Amino acid sequence: MKNYLDVSGRIFDIQRYSIHDGVGIRTIVFLKGCALRCRWCCNPESQNFAIETMMVNGKPKTIGRDVTVREVMETVQRDMPYYGRSGGGLTLSGGESLLQPEFATALLHAAKDMGITTAMESMGYAKFEVIKGLLPYLDTYLMDIKHMNAEKHKEFTGKENTMMVENARKIAESRMCELIIRVPVIPSFNDTEKEILEIAAYADSLPGVSKIHILPYHKYGEGKYEGLNRPYLLKDFPMLPAGKMEQLKALVENNTALSCQIGG
Amino acid sequence: MNTYDATPVNKTERIGRLVAHLYAKMPEIEAARAELITESYKQTEGQPIMMRRALAFAHILENIPIIIRPEELIVGSSTIAPRGCQTYPEFSYEWLEAEFETVEHRAADPFYISDETKKRLKEANRYWKGKTTSELASSYMAPETLRAMEHNFFTPGNYFYNGVGHITVQYNKVLAVGFDGIKKEAEEELSKCCFGDENYASKSVFLKAVIISCNAVIAYAGRYAVLAAEMAKTEKDEKRKKELLAISENCKKVPENGAESFYEACQSFWFVQQLLQLESSGHSISPGRFDQYMYPYYEKDIKNGKLTREFAQELLDCIWVKLNDLNKCRDEVSAEGFAGYSLFQNLIVGGQTVDGKDATNDLSFMCISAARHVFLPQPSLSIRVWNRSPKDLLMYAAELTRTGIGLPAYYNDEVIIPALINRGLTLEDARDYNIIGCVEPQKSGKTEGWHDAAFFNMCRPLEMVFSNGYDRGVPASIQTGNVEDFKSFDEFYDAYKKQMNYNISLLVNADNAIDMAHMTLCPLPFESCMVDDCIKRGKSLQEGGAVYNFTGPQGFGIANVADSLYTVKKLVYEEKKITIKELKKALEMNFGQGFDAVTAKEVALQVAGSLKEQGKEVTPDIIAMTIQNVLSMELPAAEKARYQEIRDMIDELPKFGNDVDEVDLLARDAAYTYTRPLETYKNPRGGIFQAGLYPVSANVPLGAQTGATPDGRLAHTPVADGVSPTSGKDVNGPTAACNSVAKLDHGIASNGTLFNMKMHPTAMAGEKGLESFVSLVCGYFDQKGMHMQFNVVDKQTLLDAQKNPEKYSGLVVRVAGYSALFTTLSKSLQDDIIRRTEQAENR
Repeated sequence: MKNYLDVSGRIFDIQRYSIHDGVGIRTIVFLKGCALRCRWCCNPESQNFAIETMMVNGKPKTIGRDVTVREVMETVQRDMPYYGRSGGGLTLSGGESLLQPEFATALLHAAKDMGITTAMESMGYAKFEVIKGLLPYLDTYLMDIKHMNAEKHKEFTGKENTMMVENARKIAESRMCELIIRVPVIPSFNDTEKEILEIAAYADSLPGVSKIHILPYHKYGEGKYEGLNRPYLLKDFPMLPAGKMEQLKALVENNTALSCQIGG
Repeated sequence: MNTYDATPVNKTERIGRLVAHLYAKMPEIEAARAELITESYKQTEGQPIMMRRALAFAHILENIPIIIRPEELIVGSSTIAPRGCQTYPEFSYEWLEAEFETVEHRAADPFYISDETKKRLKEANRYWKGKTTSELASSYMAPETLRAMEHNFFTPGNYFYNGVGHITVQYNKVLAVGFDGIKKEAEEELSKCCFGDENYASKSVFLKAVIISCNAVIAYAGRYAVLAAEMAKTEKDEKRKKELLAISENCKKVPENGAESFYEACQSFWFVQQLLQLESSGHSISPGRFDQYMYPYYEKDIKNGKLTREFAQELLDCIWVKLNDLNKCRDEVSAEGFAGYSLFQNLIVGGQTVDGKDATNDLSFMCISAARHVFLPQPSLSIRVWNRSPKDLLMYAAELTRTGIGLPAYYNDEVIIPALINRGLTLEDARDYNIIGCVEPQKSGKTEGWHDAAFFNMCRPLEMVFSNGYDRGVPASIQTGNVEDFKSFDEFYDAYKKQMNYNISLLVNADNAIDMAHMTLCPLPFESCMVDDCIKRGKSLQEGGAVYNFTGPQGFGIANVADSLYTVKKLVYEEKKITIKELKKALEMNFGQGFDAVTAKEVALQVAGSLKEQGKEVTPDIIAMTIQNVLSMELPAAEKARYQEIRDMIDELPKFGNDVDEVDLLARDAAYTYTRPLETYKNPRGGIFQAGLYPVSANVPLGAQTGATPDGRLAHTPVADGVSPTSGKDVNGPTAACNSVAKLDHGIASNGTLFNMKMHPTAMAGEKGLESFVSLVCGYFDQKGMHMQFNVVDKQTLLDAQKNPEKYSGLVVRVAGYSALFTTLSKSLQDDIIRRTEQAENR
């Protein structure tokens, strides 16, 4: 059998000292390639699996490189002392990590073998069999649920939500990791009380799920669209009014048993 | 379970008014001390120097004007003007006379001086011609040492021109037995002296000098007791009247006797702190473990119900204000190096007890509160961190860091304690360490550490490798061979080590000469009576009376040297992309980046030097012409392009500070070229040299005296600060920078290392931001880092970062849902963060 440290995959960034994505000080490995095309995506360079060029501050920058798990872990393990002190660890993000299942699994496996805790930000866009393979190595699944309506979901992200919503339940029922539901709050897509409550009610119905994160929409990705020479479809989108997130948090907590956190 | 009460207490309105009063006017230079010491010295000529010092100290304390400032609860001021300063002509005075007309208007730390004061000082100073420590020290130095100083290899300026300071005395002993108790101890020791003892002369005179000094201090406090009582008589406000009467009672009792109440302990502490600085002009006289030695008095009064936590906090706040009332006028150049009127009075909280338990108590927290209440630079607040430091203390400290005040500095017990044991301290003494000045560990009350003995520029010997010992056209160091003949990196590195060893020996020569001068001319009996084993041995600190003796000069520029060595190793000898000859030329030509007038002159002198070497005649005309040529020189395009190419290649190499083992381990080894030779030398007080790796802010002025270096650094720009990576070269974030710095051997740099890190307030926002910050510090310390301090940057810095991104590539900011390196963000996002910083600042 191939040593899992030699499995290779494609990433576009490794970010150390990430302190606002999960518990403690974390290193985020961003896997390249996504199944969805969310209009608000703030990491558009994550979407294509192909290696591409993006203009950053007027200079061309190659986005994407192929690396082995060994190479990635060489960097990840360097912050072990800080993980130990803060309860942090490795986080996989994307893109959608599940599009490179063997690589994602090997990364999580390697981390666990080194005594590093693991988390993954994912929409759950894969057959459950694929997800099941990596759950033994995953401590926290940070799962996006963007909308409960399949059509609206498709309109704004390019894909229906059916498989992902079902996967959320299967992951919860497996009881193999902590599952936290995350909702990016996007004006004119899902920011009404009804829409947020629908997601929250579903999350609340999942066994073992007690936390939901609502993430305020921001336009920080705008410059990247320019750099990739792609149109930014949400240019004229309204911003969230001040106090909106706090209202939604109160709404969720008043109507469900979930604890709701603003931001990741 | 926690045994302390961490609940914060609010600040009183009095504190705000005390601060306002202190800062209402520009600080002023006063003449009283200079006149009094001169008067006394004139009367004591022919007596032993020790006796003259004690009699002069007593004469000053008996006659110097005293004042109680409005609303003060803790009294004792060395000048009538708030934040004023006295002068100390016995150490040096000529610089001040030369700067009489400019000292009020200079950029760094201006002082007002009246015409009357100028006249009085001039009159007093006349006496001191040829009698100062700086003049004697120069005459003790070898000619090679003076030459090395002239060529800026190192500067021992601190003790060359000033008193030594840099000490923590036995405050606890004064609190316990008072100066009456110390006097009795000296009297008892004196009674044991036999007329036939070989050291009768020196010992008996020293002990008598101690007794005179103790009496002088007791009498000085008595003057305050009388003044307070007089002021109470005419005071209309009943509350203030009571306060003045309490002050009078305190000053009658302490520091003559042991303190009983917390209030008395505070007043007693203050007289010691103030008068140490009036005896000598040293800075970095550090209160040390204040939360430990003050706690018994606090605890007793709180238990008895005699003291409220509110009043205890107000007294601490008053002391914090008083620590900013002391001041020191330095010469213009030093003032730039130590900008901010800083006296580096280091006060440390937390850590362990002598028996290895956590030492945190109520006062540990209240000291941090005092820093928040007063929000002034003094004292330099520090915190000791160890594996069992309570999290709430670290979190409370982190909150202070977040305010941007730059305090506290964090110190690692787990490195410092073994480092001190390695220097011969007992386990108990090592556990009881505190910090002196910037970052220097010492055991209080037992050490004469000479902690800030010099700054040594590690880049200058590197320049000497390229120039074969020549600087500005003349020999300045030993010859280590023509660099162009070196066939391997090892040969190059060996030459660097030889240059280092030679110049380190001269540094030692300079320090020991100054040491001798202080011993001969300025022994300090008052300071010495509060340090073991001076009384028992009958010797002052300056003569080796302390239990532990050290000399601690600082090396700096590690990052530049490491990155430079890596350039030579990689590009010249391994990859052979450039020849050593090309590199030498590129450095001389400042990578083709042109020269300012100063550099042009240096290049011209270098040219002249090599002409001379070839046996050609060099006249001033030739030099002037060469300067002109250099200034107007347009390099051939191809040559210029090649220099740029070389600099680009250098730029692409990994640099220290990015967690790249190959470079970091070279940095570790490069640091040894300074720390290892140094520890083999001894000082005249019977102690050894121990290296520090920190520059205060000398990396800027001393960088201005350093040519281009192979790490791509241009001529005359600052060199790297302490053990920190070169500014802007750490691009992998804070954990990578910490890991790199932790790869140095901090344990051998037992005089302290300094790691400066920049953070954005938003990266520390919220509970999570604070927790991550604490984990970052602890993670660095787990890897055996020694010290950390933080600049939490503000909007101005961010604006500068936007303009000069190359200087700020390591700056972490918090973006929407994550933290990121500021300079990697788009302009619009940067603007947004700047706006948010503004908001945070306005709150």
